[in-house]
Amino acid sequence: MRISRRILAGLATASLAVTATSCGGGGTSGSFDDTVTVGILHSLSGTMAISESTLVDTEKMAIEEINAAGGVKVGGKSYKIEYIVEDGASDWPTFAEKSKKLIDQDGVPVVFGGWTSASRKAMLPVYESKDAFLYYPIQYEAQECSNNIFYTGATPNQQSEPATDFMYKRSPAAGGDFFLVGSDYVFPRTSNTITKAQVKQLGGTVVGEDYLPLGNTEVAPIISKIKKALPEGGIIINTLNGDQNVAFFKQIQDAGITPSSGYYVMNYSIAEEEISTIGPEFLEGHYGAWNYMMSIDTPASKKFAASFKKRWGADRVVADPQESAYNMVYLWKQAVEDAGTFDDNAVREALVGQKFDAPQGPVEVMPNHHLSQTVRIGQINAEGGFTILEETGVVLPQAWNQKHPSSKGFACDWTDPSKGEKYKL
Amino acid sequence: MELLLDSLFNGVAIGSVLLVAALGLAIVFGLMGVINLAHGELMMLGAYTTYVTQLIFKLPILKPFYNSYIIVSIFLAFIVSGVVGILLEKTIIRKLYGSPLETLLATWGVSLILQQFVRSVPLAYGTGLVISLLIGLFLPTSFPSKIKESINFKYFKFSSWIFAALTGVLTGSVISSSVSKLSRASARNVDVTAPSWMRGQIEIIGTAFPKTRLMIIVITLISVIAITLFLNQSAWGMRIRAVTQNRQMSDCLGISTEKVDIITFGIGSGLAGVAGVAVSLLGSVGPNVGGNYIVGCFMVVVLGGVGNLLGTVLASFGIGIMTDLIGAGRLLSIWPDMPLPLSNTINFFATTSMARVMIFALIVIFLQFKPTGLFPQKGRMVEN
Repeated sequence: MRISRRILAGLATASLAVTATSCGGGGTSGSFDDTVTVGILHSLSGTMAISESTLVDTEKMAIEEINAAGGVKVGGKSYKIEYIVEDGASDWPTFAEKSKKLIDQDGVPVVFGGWTSASRKAMLPVYESKDAFLYYPIQYEAQECSNNIFYTGATPNQQSEPATDFMYKRSPAAGGDFFLVGSDYVFPRTSNTITKAQVKQLGGTVVGEDYLPLGNTEVAPIISKIKKALPEGGIIINTLNGDQNVAFFKQIQDAGITPSSGYYVMNYSIAEEEISTIGPEFLEGHYGAWNYMMSIDTPASKKFAASFKKRWGADRVVADPQESAYNMVYLWKQAVEDAGTFDDNAVREALVGQKFDAPQGPVEVMPNHHLSQTVRIGQINAEGGFTILEETGVVLPQAWNQKHPSSKGFACDWTDPSKGEKYKL
Repeated sequence: MELLLDSLFNGVAIGSVLLVAALGLAIVFGLMGVINLAHGELMMLGAYTTYVTQLIFKLPILKPFYNSYIIVSIFLAFIVSGVVGILLEKTIIRKLYGSPLETLLATWGVSLILQQFVRSVPLAYGTGLVISLLIGLFLPTSFPSKIKESINFKYFKFSSWIFAALTGVLTGSVISSSVSKLSRASARNVDVTAPSWMRGQIEIIGTAFPKTRLMIIVITLISVIAITLFLNQSAWGMRIRAVTQNRQMSDCLGISTEKVDIITFGIGSGLAGVAGVAVSLLGSVGPNVGGNYIVGCFMVVVLGGVGNLLGTVLASFGIGIMTDLIGAGRLLSIWPDMPLPLSNTINFFATTSMARVMIFALIVIFLQFKPTGLFPQKGRMVEN
């Protein structure tokens, strides 16, 4: 009896310790008039944990930076930002459930969260029905424009379109045929529909496309199709997800599909983090397109990378999704200060038009709740980074893609009540 | 000709991955009737063994032998997965013979535990743990029988476990201090890079074949031949066949069924480890790597006819060749001017996702007519 009581007490302490660590607030102390608690909702367990935990780290860092600089100033008072981190567990219904918890129980004014489109689609109805706010930091397939979500990642016209253009016009395989490879879910399929339309406009040919079911790593049939469709080399557009890239690049290299034999792969899901996992020896010479690359040679970019390394370890890298996550925390803070209140409707209005000097360069929140951003094309080098080849000017986001047959001619504008989610141009 | 060769090679390449993965299961599920859902995780342990071996061979003392690490890791993976399999048999499965549903649930639980284990335990200490298991399980049995019969044997057993634990902790710390990559736990997928002699292509009669694929085919062939010889030629193989055919009678005739169970399960698990080495050459190594193969493994075993190795071999090559034929749209290149509706249908199924659907459908239809698979068990031996 005594022992079991002791165990119980131990368990209780342990669980208290867990709650204490999981709900711990921002690091710095200082003199603040009050505190405001925000929600952070990413997968900390399950298959997405590896990727999403880097966003949690970045968001914590942004919050700590803001606190160290005096917090959020609203109505003459300074607020310290505290946060509650919830685990979406790589399980989409859990994201919806935890969103409800953060909004109803914890009463947070804003939630930073999500990675996969599936998780965002699961959360969307929650935020719309409760008229709450989600900030979503990942490059995605667009074709969505919610009044209750702010999207700080790239839309296809801010990533895949300039990339396709580059591949067809200025890459070593310029003018070549295209082969599209992706994982079998919504982002690659939508992205490739847009690419196909664009290649057609450019006058090129898509000679084949294939999708690998998630979890499947047998790429032998895809390789023989690529060899058949592109016998002399050509352009491969790759939207495979996560680990499938490892299988893909290992096996295409063994099969002789390499830059030296005329095959160039443009990747939309491979950033610095993934390059180090896959191994630069498999990726060298291929391409990537992002808004932010760690090799951007500006003071803002260097400072971002340096402070992340200082906070989380010298071997860590920063990549595009993290930069978007970093930006969204700052954009929210600016909007709150402009609105002079944490009230989400006022913040929503104040947010449109916010400008921020992001690590990638200037970004601005547009009326369709997406960001105007710079697009960069980089070639993967032996050191595991990108050698930046091209930089566009600032590209405006299209929530409804102008090349996708189902959304051509539509746009989104939340600042004009008569326009809203989807109106005809 | 070249097309045919290419297609055949691809089919055999895909099939041999399936076969090497399913071979262990063909023994555990086919011969023993144990539905082992942790089979994929035993593969995963084999894949991680390859990764650990690779890193250890990068140490200065072993550096000259780096090119041969993949061969060494095949044997190590067999031992690691085999030992974990034996532990699994001794602690859980032994109590559940004859109750397939409970086995299914228990082994599924084990698979979750193993996945979480590699996520949250540094691989150096994981290696140490396996080493102490190895010593703890085998040191007592290697004592001469005179000592075993003495009353004090349980003390020997006890002290050998203590010795095992100490050795495990020691090797764990040695590895952890010398290979920094193994000293921290990480859920991140890791990468096995084939030694340089195994990368690139090799040309045979005018067609280029990837070397890693050839290596996997060789590993598979050797495993199949070895296991066939073992089952048909060795004394233990005969005992295994006897026990699977009639457990009670074998028991009466003085065969230690307990030992037979351990050996069978150990070999089946060890083969899963070998499969892990093979798949680590194709993709990345992560906690979920085995789970991707488990459905395919059961499919192959059921299609081949439970308990028949030849069936498993034919089923995996059959599925491999079909996957390539359908998935790469081969029929179109063989017969380019077929009628439009037919070529449209073939094009529709010529993607990896649809080929998978098509193959599952074909298997379901096949099993409607032959529910016991290609080579069903015959005779009186089927007790239930």
